[in-house]
Amino acid sequence: MSKAIVSLKEVTFQYDGQERNALNHVSFEIYEGEWLAIVGHNGSGKSTMAKLLNGLQFPKEGEITVSGMKLVEENIWDIRKKIGMVFQNPDNQFVGTTVQDDVAFGLENMGIPREEMIHRVEDSLKKVKMDTFLHQEPHHLSGGQKQRVAIAGVLALRPAIIILDEATSMLDPRGRAEVLETVRTLKDEKALTVISITHDLEEAAKADRIIVMNKGEVFREGTPEEIFSMDEQLIELGLDIPFSVKVMKAFRKQGISLAKHYLSEEELVEELWTFRSRM
Amino acid sequence: MDISLSHVDYRYQANTPFERLAIQDVSIEIPSGTYLAIIGHTGSGKSTVLQHLNALLIPSEGTVTIGDREIKAHQKNKDLRPVRQRVGIVFQFPEHQLFEETVEKDIIFGPMNFGVSEAEAKKRARIALKQVGLTEEILDKSPFDLSGGQMRRVAIAGVLAMDPDVIVLDEPTAGLDPRGRKEIMDMFYALHNERKLSTILVTHSMEDAARYADQIVIMQQGKVVKKGSPEEIFSAPQDLMQMGLDVPEVVRFQLKLEEKGNIKLEKIFLSIEQLSAAVAEQLRRGVTS
Repeated sequence: MSKAIVSLKEVTFQYDGQERNALNHVSFEIYEGEWLAIVGHNGSGKSTMAKLLNGLQFPKEGEITVSGMKLVEENIWDIRKKIGMVFQNPDNQFVGTTVQDDVAFGLENMGIPREEMIHRVEDSLKKVKMDTFLHQEPHHLSGGQKQRVAIAGVLALRPAIIILDEATSMLDPRGRAEVLETVRTLKDEKALTVISITHDLEEAAKADRIIVMNKGEVFREGTPEEIFSMDEQLIELGLDIPFSVKVMKAFRKQGISLAKHYLSEEELVEELWTFRSRM
Repeated sequence: MDISLSHVDYRYQANTPFERLAIQDVSIEIPSGTYLAIIGHTGSGKSTVLQHLNALLIPSEGTVTIGDREIKAHQKNKDLRPVRQRVGIVFQFPEHQLFEETVEKDIIFGPMNFGVSEAEAKKRARIALKQVGLTEEILDKSPFDLSGGQMRRVAIAGVLAMDPDVIVLDEPTAGLDPRGRKEIMDMFYALHNERKLSTILVTHSMEDAARYADQIVIMQQGKVVKKGSPEEIFSAPQDLMQMGLDVPEVVRFQLKLEEKGNIKLEKIFLSIEQLSAAVAEQLRRGVTS
């Protein structure tokens, strides 16, 4: 993969009044244009990571570099222009009275000229397929739609990186699918780096690469296939096994041999019927 | 304790310009000991139904029967306290409702509010704490010093300490990680069986409905559109999908398999083990035929 856009070196962080480090000597790199999922159970340190990446908190030790700039208080505003964030609760991040006002909010703060602003609002709403909702009020939207508006608000600021901090965990299955579909399209269309922080392994399965956090440390790093071959170990870490892996295990028990350890659902269906023709 | 809703309508802000019919002609029977799942999208009316189950809302039309108590539209419904004691509701993110200085005070608040003596309430608090998988050491701690998962358990213990016959759960696992989710759901299932409770689970999760419930009600736009056992509900997955609802992962997977292989298995399977056995059988037969 291409060059690193974010790098963490020996990052350690501790909340006031806590004995344990929330993050303990964490080092890794995030590459330009990739979709990286950071997974871990509640309390594993993954959300602390999000706060550090966006300068909501600063490391106690170690350093974080974003697009070649060291993340420190002095250049925090330059860095926040590069990193947009979508949070968990769709109702806590809707600030405008209408969809269009909500997306314009960040642009107004940055002093973008009106003409440019109108253009960017429409453009980013189009990208998340919410452009027909310009004048709608937030209470008329579903959770998934609100999160897509939140994503549009981030896109309008033209960041290089978007962080989804458990952005789908409060949505119903349909809303979750809408948001992930949107993110995938955005990532494919242009060089946007996506960091999704989640404990939903079906979401992580869609990423290019996964980092598993445990007790404030990087436990494992790899492709979805590599991570999902950890199997029972994932359950010990408070996570789950993806559905397709569970199915594959059941088929193996039935005496059906499958070559690879991890297949997506589609690949598995394919494999099973190929298996039939081989028999 | 049996609960039933018979032809219930509910209007929010009735007789104002903002009047809105939230549920319409809803009839649901919940015999004692049932584990019922109510499924529907956001806005389908499931939370409105939930609030009728312990008379937080009084129907605009129709009758709600809770045990031997009838709650009817268009009449004065006095002294609903005993009803509320017997039906405990665990709301979404119940930890947001913790407020006392210590865990013990928080748990005994509910029962004492219903007239239970302090000594008895404390006894119940210890039992409830054990049932939610916490130890007595935390009784003297501030609930706000606990982890999110522990806070949720304390809040649930507060409902259990009221010793309800019926427990209503509104998305009880929202925001938890997979381990926490499974622990909480298994805990409620054990309580359901041990305490011989009726359990009503309001959820988005088809997986949980298929795994735990014996009856499922599906709501859409304020109406009950489907009722039945998990086997009945999921035997027609296309109907659900047409309504924009999900089906359990295992059912979705079976449909994909059937479509791709151009076959039809004899029925819809609700567990991975059953499905894989049926498919393996089909594959083996494929060789001989």
